[in-house]
Amino acid sequence: MAGKPKVGVLALQGDFREHLAVLNDLGADVVPVKRPEELASVAGLVIPGGESSVMDKLSRMFGLAEPLRAAVASGLPVYGTCAGLIMLSNTVLDAISGQESIGGLDIVVRRNAFGSQLDSFETDLDIPVLGETPMHAVFIRAPVVESVAPGVTVLAALGDGRVVAVEQGSLLGTSFHPEMTGDTRFHEYFLDKVRAA
Amino acid sequence: MTEELGTSRVKRGLAEMLKGGVIMDVVNADQAKIAEDAGAVAVMALERVPADIRSQGGVARMSDPDLIDGIISAVSIPVMAKARIGHFVEAQVLEALKVDYIDESEVLSPADYVNHIDKWKFTVPFVCGATNLGEALRRITEGAAMIRSKGEAGTGDVSEATKHIRTILGEIRTLSAKSPDELYVAAKELQAPYDLVVEVAATGKLPVVLFTAGGVATPADAALMMQLGADGVFVGSGIFKSGNPAQRAAAIVKATTFFEDPQVIAEASRGLGEAMVGINVSDLPTPHRLAERGW
Repeated sequence: MAGKPKVGVLALQGDFREHLAVLNDLGADVVPVKRPEELASVAGLVIPGGESSVMDKLSRMFGLAEPLRAAVASGLPVYGTCAGLIMLSNTVLDAISGQESIGGLDIVVRRNAFGSQLDSFETDLDIPVLGETPMHAVFIRAPVVESVAPGVTVLAALGDGRVVAVEQGSLLGTSFHPEMTGDTRFHEYFLDKVRAA
Repeated sequence: MTEELGTSRVKRGLAEMLKGGVIMDVVNADQAKIAEDAGAVAVMALERVPADIRSQGGVARMSDPDLIDGIISAVSIPVMAKARIGHFVEAQVLEALKVDYIDESEVLSPADYVNHIDKWKFTVPFVCGATNLGEALRRITEGAAMIRSKGEAGTGDVSEATKHIRTILGEIRTLSAKSPDELYVAAKELQAPYDLVVEVAATGKLPVVLFTAGGVATPADAALMMQLGADGVFVGSGIFKSGNPAQRAAAIVKATTFFEDPQVIAEASRGLGEAMVGINVSDLPTPHRLAERGW
């Protein structure tokens, strides 16, 4: 698809406004998504940072979870940051009781993997797929990818080897928040996928 | 590559992730679990909910560390806890307990009637109450990473919450309309640093997330706050002083997300049973108004 792709941001809770602003600045036609009919209209979707247990609950309560699963299965490009990465993971460790995910990424993710807010941090990350310049990354009560199945590409890891960015087919996920730092390379990378889809 | 902890971006960032959500007051692990199951984005640990502080009187302080530990181990969402205004040792204790956010709160009895806590010294972020823009900017200057409008806690009367969120956002709009040479006097009148006043005037918003609090008791109250421009809602006594806490908590969560949809708010408001009894703020004599604590 050429021109101005229509991209949604899941707007149930979290920092969806920041994603909408970044995508808008990059020339996308942006839509906050809270309802199935809004999801049906988009060519790509971002699941923002926030509280994954709340997004899960609201998405099921308002009939969005199944359409989301169907959209992922049909190949809709989706990018999840932090809570969004958890939502896209097939397996979630340390979830609250009864918590479900949308799934799609064949990975195991651990919620709050670094500890409490005292352990939240920022650092520079090498992300070869985005070029030589490291990306400044903000981790807030962040999840970590504990294992990946064959077919999942690791895009970035911390110095100790813990995986914090992955890609599989049309799906992208990061433990950190590129929407908070002004570095738009991850969003551009995602929009390229949307345009190519 | 080095990892930097406790930066402004990390502190303010957690509040960004809570936006569009409901933070619920809890006094023990059981209540915390109910709140998490109902869809709270975070819980606030305190010794007694404001309605009880109000009716029982006496000095209200930080919770017992055992209760805070119990709450932290019961839930996986962020846990906030209240310290008294100016009581930096209570804040040190809460940081040692690894709470995710400290609320330097007027709901507890103040420990210092002149100074607030120097919040820059901490790795843990702070949220503070404010009734107007000047107060919000003074708290941000001291290091607050999140602001909540105060309202009048423990009343179930939303009128003060409405007044405070309208005041803060109205004063921001007024500031944005001023010419640059008028901002010097504006800073003087707001009793806030000039650079921060210039930043707010230019961006049209606070540099931190703004929640609202104090008197929210129903789904419609929460949606009212969101439509007025709050980033999210604190609910104190409104949940656990009502007839059916779990159901009311879930209903307030729904109404906060779908705050612009009267159909959803109507559905969420059905059959919730007794709301908290409530006290009209106009019936409260001035010395009993918590919002007047903090300066």
